[in-house]
Amino acid sequence: MSAPPWTADEMMTVAAARLLWDGCVCFVGIGLPSAAANLARQTHAPGLVLVYESGTIGSRPDVLPLSIGDGELAETATAVVSLPEIFAYWLQGGRIDVGFLGAAQIDRFGNLNSTVIGDYASPRTRLPGAGGAPEIATHAKRTFVLLKQSPRSFVPRLDFRTSVGFGDGGGSRTRLRSPGQGPQAVITDCGLLKPEPLTGELRLVALFENVGVEAARKATGWPLDVADPLEALAPPTDEELRVLRDLQERTSRAHRRPVPLPV
Amino acid sequence: MPLLSLKDAVARHVRDGQTLALEGFTHLIPFAAAHEVLRQGRRDLHLVRMTPDLVYDQMIGAGCARALTFSWGGNPGVGSLHRLRDAVENGWPRSLAITEHSHAGMATAYTAGASRLPFGLLRGYAGTDLPAVNGQIRSVTCPYTGESIATVPALRPDVTILHAQRADRRGNVLLRGIVGAQREAALAATTLLVTVEEVADDLQSDLNAFVLPHFVVTAVSQVPGGAWPSYAHGYYARDNAFYQEWDEIARDRATFTAWMDRHVLGTTDHAAFLRSLQAARPAEVAGGDGR
Repeated sequence: MSAPPWTADEMMTVAAARLLWDGCVCFVGIGLPSAAANLARQTHAPGLVLVYESGTIGSRPDVLPLSIGDGELAETATAVVSLPEIFAYWLQGGRIDVGFLGAAQIDRFGNLNSTVIGDYASPRTRLPGAGGAPEIATHAKRTFVLLKQSPRSFVPRLDFRTSVGFGDGGGSRTRLRSPGQGPQAVITDCGLLKPEPLTGELRLVALFENVGVEAARKATGWPLDVADPLEALAPPTDEELRVLRDLQERTSRAHRRPVPLPV
Repeated sequence: MPLLSLKDAVARHVRDGQTLALEGFTHLIPFAAAHEVLRQGRRDLHLVRMTPDLVYDQMIGAGCARALTFSWGGNPGVGSLHRLRDAVENGWPRSLAITEHSHAGMATAYTAGASRLPFGLLRGYAGTDLPAVNGQIRSVTCPYTGESIATVPALRPDVTILHAQRADRRGNVLLRGIVGAQREAALAATTLLVTVEEVADDLQSDLNAFVLPHFVVTAVSQVPGGAWPSYAHGYYARDNAFYQEWDEIARDRATFTAWMDRHVLGTTDHAAFLRSLQAARPAEVAGGDGR
């Protein structure tokens, strides 16, 4: 199969954007989630409410922020609140429909590691850490996870459990009294995984065209549960690619633009 | 509330071994104050900050910290904080004891500190490995429902340092834009130092504005550009290009040390620091084109 005229990142971003609906209140992180949410807002979901953890509610940025707290997020917001407020009233208060999460590692129950690779006390790689993730995973009504699939990232056992999906499986999440429904979609460069309702184990339910099921199995560090039949994810449309590339182009120009020193 | 030069404010109020919180979530990060702490050679500090950002990457890499309490340690949108990683992974330039929270946990700990409560509560951390590596994360049983709720001990910094847009001559301080956990970090501290873009006769604050009243402010220092390369809403934009450049500067110990020696330790104050960066920029960049 020849390579498609779009990148894996674009494919994942478009697939994630399509999961968002008009009017949905979405807690956004930087990177792919922010691109997906803004793509959705500029295409099929103009009424999408973007909440950034820096405390901006209803941001409508023209370019993607480099940081979670770029000035444009505040300037275009409906309201700007403090961090204690965003986490206590808005996230813990149950006002968030969708939380996006990324990670370095995921396990079969959708638990995530963004803390360390290797041993905590003497890590091979020290990652940034928890940030907002543990409580997004707990309190958002549902979470969508964006993560490229490989044996290094889809692991049988996390080096560290930063955020909880379905815990140890079965009714584990319910026993933790986590209010949200947990990871309802994991979007990878292979396709889409969803939790099996009873066990919480992730199951491959859809593939991107150009990706075979064997490739998905090989990219997974545990015996992958695969739905039968598997759905095919529609490739990005010309319109989706045009809007996304415009956004990325504006963003990259803005982030490179020299800012005069405040001398 | 005295209006002091930053040099005098740091000399009078920051001591070796103290717990210091330099707050500001992406916005209004007090870089100038951090640099002054380094110039005065303060040592063995316990640094507290939700997002260490470049400011603590610089302080940790310069070796002034013995401990760090934090909740997310990356260069936002760029990647790693290389100096923080080098300290945690390799103990360079010295070992660093870390106490790690989630953002919600740390916001709660500051709120408890500001309220002079011994601890704060949140519905969080359940099922994660964080309590296993941070013994401060515990739980209580709710006396009304029997539910187990996570607790974090109050954060009470010896000194909190903030940057803000404006102060008036009495020392009332106004912040605008993304305000992070600054109010809580300010009120949790014993001593509060603030650098500002400008000191004005009138604060020009709206009703309900984010104002820290003069009687909680220990000292105000006027330091224009004091949040660079982060930003001061209404004054200058975040220097995203520099945040990207930092990745290269901080990746290598020698490059980092040379940059710090030349621009931070080799300059007398923040204005000289900014001039030294300006001089190092290519002419076409130095002019810039606004934002």
